[in-house]
Amino acid sequence: MSIQLKVNNVATTVDAPPEMPLLWVLRDLLHLKGSKYGCGLGLCGACTVMVGGHAVRSCITPVGTIGTDPVTTIEGLSPEGLHPVQVAWEALDVPQCGYCQAGQIMSAAALLQHTAHPSDSEIDDAMSGNLCRCGTYTRIRQAIHEAAQNATPNPTK
Amino acid sequence: MQINRRSFLRISALAGGGLALNLRTSKFALAQAPGAPPDLTPQAFIHIAKDGIVTIMARASESGQGMRIMLPMLIAEELDVDWKDVRIQQADLNEKIYGRQFSGGSANTPMGWEPMRRVGAAGRQLLITAAAQTWGLPADQMDQCTTKAGRVLHSASGRSLGYGELAAKAAALPAPALSSVKLKDPKDYRIIGHSQPGVDTRAIVTGKPLFGIDVELPGMLYASIEKAPVFAGKVKTANIDQIKALPGVRHVIVIDGGITPAAFTPWEPGMEPGIAIVADTWWHAQQARKKLKVDWDLGPAATQSTDGFAAKAAELLKATPERAVRKYGDIDAALGASAKTVEATYQFPFIAHVTMEPQGSTAHWKDGKLEMWSTSTLPADGLALVAKTLGIEQSDITTHMVRSGGSFGRRLQNDYLVEAAWIAKHIDAPVKLLWSREDDVAHDPFRPGATVGLKGGVDAQGKMTAWRHHFVTFGDGKQATSGGGMGQDSFPAGFAPAYALHISMQPLMLRTGALRAPGDNAYCWVAQSFIDELAHAAGRDPLEFQLELLSNKKMPWSSGEHDAVGDHEPTGPSVLIPERFKGVLELVAEKSGWAKRTKEPGRGMGIAAWFCHLGYFAEVADVSVDADNRVTVHRVWAAGDVGSQIINPNAAESMGHGGIMEGMGHLAQEITLVDGVIQQSNFHNHPLMRMRQAPKMEVYWRKTDYAPTGLGEPTLPPILPAVTNAIFAATGKRIRTLPLQRSGFSWA
Repeated sequence: MSIQLKVNNVATTVDAPPEMPLLWVLRDLLHLKGSKYGCGLGLCGACTVMVGGHAVRSCITPVGTIGTDPVTTIEGLSPEGLHPVQVAWEALDVPQCGYCQAGQIMSAAALLQHTAHPSDSEIDDAMSGNLCRCGTYTRIRQAIHEAAQNATPNPTK
Repeated sequence: MQINRRSFLRISALAGGGLALNLRTSKFALAQAPGAPPDLTPQAFIHIAKDGIVTIMARASESGQGMRIMLPMLIAEELDVDWKDVRIQQADLNEKIYGRQFSGGSANTPMGWEPMRRVGAAGRQLLITAAAQTWGLPADQMDQCTTKAGRVLHSASGRSLGYGELAAKAAALPAPALSSVKLKDPKDYRIIGHSQPGVDTRAIVTGKPLFGIDVELPGMLYASIEKAPVFAGKVKTANIDQIKALPGVRHVIVIDGGITPAAFTPWEPGMEPGIAIVADTWWHAQQARKKLKVDWDLGPAATQSTDGFAAKAAELLKATPERAVRKYGDIDAALGASAKTVEATYQFPFIAHVTMEPQGSTAHWKDGKLEMWSTSTLPADGLALVAKTLGIEQSDITTHMVRSGGSFGRRLQNDYLVEAAWIAKHIDAPVKLLWSREDDVAHDPFRPGATVGLKGGVDAQGKMTAWRHHFVTFGDGKQATSGGGMGQDSFPAGFAPAYALHISMQPLMLRTGALRAPGDNAYCWVAQSFIDELAHAAGRDPLEFQLELLSNKKMPWSSGEHDAVGDHEPTGPSVLIPERFKGVLELVAEKSGWAKRTKEPGRGMGIAAWFCHLGYFAEVADVSVDADNRVTVHRVWAAGDVGSQIINPNAAESMGHGGIMEGMGHLAQEITLVDGVIQQSNFHNHPLMRMRQAPKMEVYWRKTDYAPTGLGEPTLPPILPAVTNAIFAATGKRIRTLPLQRSGFSWA
């Protein structure tokens, strides 16, 4: 069936069954390869995108449930890599294999939208659904703090 | 100089003799034994544009260890260019031009260190020659030419030319013999030893297509393979015609496979049988899989179970060992004369690799030629295996090397690549095969489990007297399954005054393979835990006990004493240099404040060290355990010795973090079987560490006067015993069975 979506600020129409997960619509129908498949069950967070400003696991989100909520993927965060989270990720050279990082970045960006200066435990809460097998958690935490500081400098720091 | 043939021949002799327990996968070493490749051609690696931009070819596969940048850094340093002018391009597979193109065994650093620098220096030499010819300098005045940041300078005349201006002329000159070129004094390094960001970092943070799973070709179809729930089970009948009629499905192909289950399952045992479904999207293929009704001939592997393995291991442990692998001293007399003895049985489970990117590849068969996009870390083996399986010539295959979402030893095997190529040859379109996570867990070449019975002794002065163990592993009695053994010189062999290593094997009809620090990732836990046990039995500080043990080497290495000191060999059966092992222990003790650690209930520190893959690491874990036996690792200090240079410090620290986090993950993972069926399927029952469980980590380096060696593997092993020794310090409970939950503990 024909489904209308707004992905990265572009209105688009896809021909897909409504139960098809958003992840595969993005990857295989819209050719946006940034969001990754890792588990298919919402366990690892590699597929994380923003829907209506919230982090969701696109591998378990049927495309038919999106409605008019705008979808933002890693490709739409800032194509030039200028989002504070991307800048911090690059500055600290966070990635190892890099496969989980699109999901990590989307979760971090969603966290900072709602919590400008997250504490370590708020970062833990927001990020513990995103697995990294390479062990980049220390740098991810550091990068989130750095991105928070760069986006809206915290006067108390 | 490219490789050390002596080492490889020695490894193959060891493996052929049947004594080595697959200490590490020697596959990549064995593969190159017949004849070293000729001198590398600098022009193949270095391409200089007119504007001076230098493109350096990255020869090794990249799965996150930073090989795509580390090897080009070595070339750029000696070429003497500014790093900002360097671009890196991944080479296709062509070992005739580039030499060995693989990533495994922490071998790229030791094997690339000298050749890659010499390639760069030869390139520099060519540019100097080109400049001298341009200026009409006689040959004996060439040494007046120097280079700096991409320019050749002739100070006597004040002339200079940029590399870009000289490139065309240099490319046409004959390359000097690599052994003849002069290398820089390390004090002049401007790239080596300075952190350079990952070459793909920008592409990663902006979500550019980069990984194996991202490859897309016009008209490409997507494949998924249903395999039997039991290893090598065959298709008897299936509702193929029904599946073919489902939406989006283009092809349904039965794979007969090429595996005959036997007591010893070799590395790359052959294609697993199954049913390939090829569809318009991968999701359509997956949906169709759910509708498959297959009658399987499960075969003999269906008789296997974890309980059965445990019962057989217990039986073998009680029986006389099948074989002594290494024995010296009068072990029974030494144990008998000991003031105290400790006897223990250690058990560790099968675990899976679970790379974040599940296995897969893309392939296109057209007009008798095959093009592959491979994430293999051993792509030349993949090429050979594909050619053999498909019955085509290697010269008709092109292999593109694509970044993968992690390997950790998994992608040393090429099963998924062969499958993609096989499917491609059966259809008339490019095809991308992707395994589901469930496929990836169930059909992993697992790190095999084992049971180890140990008995050790200490004398009245608290010194180790004897170390006897019986390693009960898997295999056919002649060959042990790959990825799970230990070596004849694994610590404390050679240091224990009397020593015996016996092995016994039981059959295993299951794929196994190398997992990061193969063999060592489990045996280090056994050995360093039991050393801790002996130290406590002797009433000694575990650090002091181990340092003393290291100070009293008793026996020559089984591979001979020839390279025990000053071992600069890039690969091969390297030997432990006690001074380096002690050095990292002392450094980590200093950094962690080991001597001043405080005792409090429920909190403790553990220490462990290991030598493998030419690297030395010691780690201390600070751990607390709550009333419900839930474990939190608060801090980890790591000290490493991988020689004279940390080539890319930021990336090296990442490897340290990675080894620690992965090793912690191993502590709570297990793969179990019931009636041959793997019981785990995804991250909920084969977990990885999560952000909230990550400790604070500090990584320190002890630089020593040895050639630089790799970091992928040696960072990992010590964390397992460091944590379990810390749990003992916190609780008095010794963990001898992994995963933690089988000993009554879990992660907080």
